[in-house]
Amino acid sequence: MTRAATSDTFADNARHALADPALQGALAFVETNFPARRRAVVDALPEFEALRDSARDIKAHTLAHLDLYLEAWEARVTEQGGQVHYAPTAADANRIVLDICRAAGARTVSKGKSMVGEEIGINEHLEQHGIVPVETDLGEYIIQIRGEMPSHIIMPAVHLNRHQVAADFRRVHADLPKDRDLDSAAALLNEARATLRRTFLSADVGITGANFLVAETGSSVIVTNEGNGDLTCTLPRVHIVLASIEKLVPTLEDMAQLVRVLARSATAQEMSVYTTITTGPRRAADPDGPHEYHVVIVDNGRSAMLAGEFRDMLRCIRCGACLNHCPVYHAVGGHAYGFVYPGPMGAVLTPSLIGVDRAGALPEASTFCGRCEEVCPVRIPLPRLMRFWRDRAFAQHLPSPVSRAALAAWGFLAARPWLYRGVTGLGTRLLARLGRVRGRFAWLPLAGGFTATRDLAAPQGATFQQQWRQRAASGPERPRPRTVPSGNPHGRGSEPLVAEPRAAPAPAADRPSGRPRPVAVGEPERPRGPEARP
Amino acid sequence: MAVSKRVGLLVTCLVDLVRPSVGFAAARLLEDAGCAVAVPSQTCCGQPAFNAGDRRTARRIAEQVIAVFEPFDYVVVPSGSCAGQVRLHYPEIFQGDPAWQPRADAVADKTFELTQFLVDVCGVTGVASRFSGRATYHDSCSSLRELGVRLQPRKLLASVEGLDLIELADTDVCCGFGGTFCVKYPEISDRMVGKKATAVTATGADLLLAGDLGCLLNIAGKLSRDGSGVTVRHVAEVLAGAVDAPAIGTAPPAVPTPTEAKP
Ligand code: SF4
Repeated sequence: MTRAATSDTFADNARHALADPALQGALAFVETNFPARRRAVVDALPEFEALRDSARDIKAHTLAHLDLYLEAWEARVTEQGGQVHYAPTAADANRIVLDICRAAGARTVSKGKSMVGEEIGINEHLEQHGIVPVETDLGEYIIQIRGEMPSHIIMPAVHLNRHQVAADFRRVHADLPKDRDLDSAAALLNEARATLRRTFLSADVGITGANFLVAETGSSVIVTNEGNGDLTCTLPRVHIVLASIEKLVPTLEDMAQLVRVLARSATAQEMSVYTTITTGPRRAADPDGPHEYHVVIVDNGRSAMLAGEFRDMLRCIRCGACLNHCPVYHAVGGHAYGFVYPGPMGAVLTPSLIGVDRAGALPEASTFCGRCEEVCPVRIPLPRLMRFWRDRAFAQHLPSPVSRAALAAWGFLAARPWLYRGVTGLGTRLLARLGRVRGRFAWLPLAGGFTATRDLAAPQGATFQQQWRQRAASGPERPRPRTVPSGNPHGRGSEPLVAEPRAAPAPAADRPSGRPRPVAVGEPERPRGPEARP
Repeated sequence: MAVSKRVGLLVTCLVDLVRPSVGFAAARLLEDAGCAVAVPSQTCCGQPAFNAGDRRTARRIAEQVIAVFEPFDYVVVPSGSCAGQVRLHYPEIFQGDPAWQPRADAVADKTFELTQFLVDVCGVTGVASRFSGRATYHDSCSSLRELGVRLQPRKLLASVEGLDLIELADTDVCCGFGGTFCVKYPEISDRMVGKKATAVTATGADLLLAGDLGCLLNIAGKLSRDGSGVTVRHVAEVLAGAVDAPAIGTAPPAVPTPTEAKP
């Protein structure tokens, strides 16, 4: 099993991931396809940016009044014969679900995709107590039989190719004839479908997640593409919805608004194939549905987030767009992050779930390029939230002593301009001298990681500030040439800029002295200056 | 002509230490646009500390920058990343501080990335320099997303005589520099810059330009290690016609011959 959190070994995980050709192939698919598809579907909807604003506002408003909406929602659920269970922690949630399953005499549980279920480890908990949970979403089913965490929040098995999946099916589906064709994706789907159909019919309890909980109606809503979620809610006698508190939205109309940005951001669909709204257990006139309807509403650290600087993260609708657009995710995939939530959203969420001491590497592993924030449908400022984790990690002295010492030394200098000037002036000249022959270094102490695969340009010589002041001091400002003398094929250009200002080589008689400037090489006469200034 | 704009050039620590020719090119462009350029004593904008979670050091350095640059009409930076630090993050650092927040906001409001300043504030529509060659342009993430700089450098480059600008694929994707990221996670950074270098090579351009020296050092280092013939420069050097210094990470030729201008 590889289900234990490994966020604390992110750097090693990443190294392995970078060296895994099958994984890299799968990631290349995400990188080349998903951003382009999202772009196309977003470009086709002129009001998409306005929809994002509205999606952000709906979630922000709900979070600001979460207690009221939770109360209203609970009242509606109860009125309709459903039961609401509050779970402050993951352990509470697991215990409550197990109790419901036991009370129902359940031996097999069918499961729709639920990221909260992954977060609290519900499958392991049920297994430990003799209940067999079977994932019915194809991707979740695949990672379940492999004993893995999801590597993506909406495509849990995106790290695998179909040959790997075929091998897993042959290993686990004992009754599979050796010559059964599993070469195509369709064949794999049919194989999974046949196996899962038996589960749907035999399961005593169905557990699903929820994309939204609607306060106005007491409904839970899931959006799926496979239809497995529908079967999970309707066929078993007992339906348990596992949802975290931030899934609340005020009205069905709000939900519809969010679904429009969700599907486009997640899978570049205008709508997911199934949007399933479940409200309470089966009523007398209903043709089908469960006899019992439970919602286990999980806090697991969210109230603390709500009260602090990470509140914005609770707007997340788990679309996965930030993963699909993240260059770090594209390089290392989801498992490197070492917990169920990878990519930028995971870099913010995971430290709040397992602690910044264990997951501090995740918010560090970002260039803050901001592509995630640019596509997030609810406009979560992901880089800023990652920086908040860095603030906390720094305050707790978590970064390595070496990096802390380097930062402290640099900070000491940068806050003392006179000292900075002296030290950097000497340093750049020394490096310029060392790097003079090639203009770059193939290796430098302290930059070994960088220079293992890249060259590092050598400084040109004296610092800009030194040169600027020397030039200013070397004579009164004179009008400088508006043209470059012709017949000067190389001018100063062939000389490196060095510490001591040298006399310009005086290539032409008309060159004025005074403040020398770099001039272009081998360029014919040309006027200088902007062509137009209003 | 109207009274010239008094510009404080925040040259950035990388330009100051590694590539002063960018600072001179920036100063020349600003002077050509009618600005009076000054270079007050400076060290760094403090971004490394800010991004490392060391708010105290970040704040101390930011105070220094604000105090030194507040007398100017404008602060111009040949880097989207450092300009973004001042414009967006200084106000964040001093949020709610009655003494410093107004000062931080005031400096933030008058701080611009170089090409943004030339085009949007000075109304420059073109430069009068020449450079023959095929170039491509890399957008730094901070220029693109924090400052919304995209068209300005392209507009100026379009006016460079002889320069053919070819668009890079995936120009909104990070090159993997990320300040200390490239040292903390060198393998991930290398994978990212490897993709960027491949995209650069695929354009067929012989010159890569960008407005941020961090990205440029990163991509130039990868291109040169891979033996690519693409040369790399800061956009200001080409705009100012100041291409006499050897390209980034290259040495001056042993025998002085023109290295850049290819007729
Ligand atoms: S953080 Fe934003 S982009 Fe990422 S999964 Fe959540 S809603 Fe989607």
